[in-house]
Amino acid sequence: MRRAYFKNNWVAALMVAPQLILVFTFFYFPTSEALYWAFTLEQPWGGGNTWVGFDNFAAILGDPYYWDSIWASIVYAVGSTALAVGIALMLAIFADRQLAGYKLYRVGMIWPYAIAAPAVGLAFRFIFTPGAGIMMYVNFLFPHLWNPVDNGTQAMAMVIVAGAWKQVAYNFIFFLAGLQSIPRSLIEAGAMDGARVLRRVRDIQLPLLAPTFFFVLVINITDSFTDSFGIVDTMTAGGPSRATNLMVYKIFNDGFQGLDYSGAAAQSIILMLLVIALTFVQFRYIERKVHYT
Amino acid sequence: MNKTYPALAALALAFCATTASADKIKFDYWYGLSGDLGAVLAQTCDHFNASQDKYEAVCTGYDGYELVVQSAIAAFRAGKAPALLQSFDAGTADLMMSGQFYAVSQMMKDYNIEINWADYFPGIANYYASSKGELFSMPFNSSTAVMYYNTDDLAAVNMPAPTTWAEFDATLKALKAKNPEKCAYGYEPSVWVDLEQYSSINNVPLATNNNGYDGLDTKYVYNTTSAVKHMEDIKGWLDAGLAEMKVSAGGMNSQEAFSQNICSFFFGSIANHSSLNLKHADNLHWDVAMIPTETAERHNSVVGGASLWVLAGKSEEEYRGVAEYLKFISTPESIKFWVSNTGYIPVTKSAFDALTAEGFYSAAPYKGREVAIASLTATEPGPLNRGFRLGSMIQHRAEWLSEVQAALAGQKTVQEAYDTSVERGNALLEKFAKTYAGKTLP
Repeated sequence: MRRAYFKNNWVAALMVAPQLILVFTFFYFPTSEALYWAFTLEQPWGGGNTWVGFDNFAAILGDPYYWDSIWASIVYAVGSTALAVGIALMLAIFADRQLAGYKLYRVGMIWPYAIAAPAVGLAFRFIFTPGAGIMMYVNFLFPHLWNPVDNGTQAMAMVIVAGAWKQVAYNFIFFLAGLQSIPRSLIEAGAMDGARVLRRVRDIQLPLLAPTFFFVLVINITDSFTDSFGIVDTMTAGGPSRATNLMVYKIFNDGFQGLDYSGAAAQSIILMLLVIALTFVQFRYIERKVHYT
Repeated sequence: MNKTYPALAALALAFCATTASADKIKFDYWYGLSGDLGAVLAQTCDHFNASQDKYEAVCTGYDGYELVVQSAIAAFRAGKAPALLQSFDAGTADLMMSGQFYAVSQMMKDYNIEINWADYFPGIANYYASSKGELFSMPFNSSTAVMYYNTDDLAAVNMPAPTTWAEFDATLKALKAKNPEKCAYGYEPSVWVDLEQYSSINNVPLATNNNGYDGLDTKYVYNTTSAVKHMEDIKGWLDAGLAEMKVSAGGMNSQEAFSQNICSFFFGSIANHSSLNLKHADNLHWDVAMIPTETAERHNSVVGGASLWVLAGKSEEEYRGVAEYLKFISTPESIKFWVSNTGYIPVTKSAFDALTAEGFYSAAPYKGREVAIASLTATEPGPLNRGFRLGSMIQHRAEWLSEVQAALAGQKTVQEAYDTSVERGNALLEKFAKTYAGKTLP
């Protein structure tokens, strides 16, 4: 790999400065404030601050509802990632094989990603309303089957579907690009040897797609911890009875609605550590299996 | 070229002169009402600005009380807070403990503005006053919870509006027997109605220390009062089909269900009275009554809505402007404008008496709102009916809601739900006390 050497260090510094300033202002500075607040009891209107050490963390980690929240976040992350990656891969393979209408799909598939999460949440809330949306027909056939207002599992399923819908668009583009970068000669060789479509997908395309797959996986899982806020806020507000109380939503609820700034700061530190740990695990263990050409 | 420079200079000077003489003293006023109510509030600002030319109120509306309080806190920390803030009941304790406000009773005294504090209904004034009775914030949009009922349905079963919960139970059964397909009671869990109002009307304590007024070492006790029985009754009605859950997440909340003549009863704020008048099904005939009591004894209900707080750290000119605005909105004409266009009730006795005398409450669309005043003045407020001075109230309300949702879905009994809610509420109160360690409630 070629490296760029700058004879003039000032030029190098100037080039890096804007990005560093952004990272500092929007990440390091707020994070250090949050760290300070997490170790104290902060009064909402200012005017005082009591040092309490690890009390906030102890209170949060000793709270069974917080562990429920962590579990709900993990379920959401795994569920929405699996759904989004699976569907996007399938659609990308269809588009790559140039099935009928593929040009339309290539252009249209990216649009869902441009829609803001709250808008997606509202649209899906309308679809999934037991009394009025599409699910009304399901309830007509099987009375009282679908009721996310009471049933926590159904509420979680609803939120996962809405979250995955948005991510499919993003994943699709990357998968399609990845598939298109696989040399056609390999696929043709496989076809000539008698391999059917699914066999070719399994043995040729997927292994060569591994780097893209890994990237998409990391991005999806990380995003599902943060981007899910808009969806939960408009669809279920953390309910029913805390079933969809994802960590990021709980932070908003406790901090901004409940005016408990210290507790929310401690929770956001824990969330940050969790996402860092997950990313570290993925890079350490999964990247080894990825074969870069 | 030599002539244009002096001409330009003269023009610039002329501009400066005109703007200088038209400079009004501006102050910021942030409010949390939205929709129709927010539009009417914006009009009160316009009326004030038109009525005099020394001060100008710059009014900004936010989409909800929580949002306006959050924004005000963020602005306050950055030194850009508004001078006047509309803060709701649940946000009172934090603001009070911080001391970052200018008590209105003090402010009016400093600027020699005459306000008859005794004219305010005690049920309203006590919520916003110190333990010594001095008002911290200005009562403005006050409401209380009432029972809305469908007069046609009750007439069909030949029953009057129920006054006790036992009568309410009988009414629901009669309605359901007469019309099994129709929803008798559209229920939406609301801590304000089902717990706070219930405790005040039936004179049972919500928490120790006289609902938090006497100190910061308060503990919740509502899991030992008849509030538990009330919630069990509600669960019984839901299980028996006498009541149905009507919440926004399910597509239609209890007010919408009532206004579209789908349900016969709903409990809500009197502020909904005007919205209901504007938009309801054509065949809906409705009225309001006081919330039923548990026994034959009734006490006053607790006030809801919000009040106006003057925040600290602003200049004296702005404070004078704010004082003028507060004086303006407590004039009888302003109060009449406000109560005519919204469902809120007049906050002063003299305004209420004047309106009643001129027949304001005798005919639609205002008829029925006097029920709210009757509910607020049913008795003189005692130590358990003044209101609540509890920290982290918003978080506690969220905890209550989650627990009640679990109980109503059958995941636990009502007693277990209330025990958990009380336990978590007490943890919140302890944390609140620790946050303000060393300070006392004013």
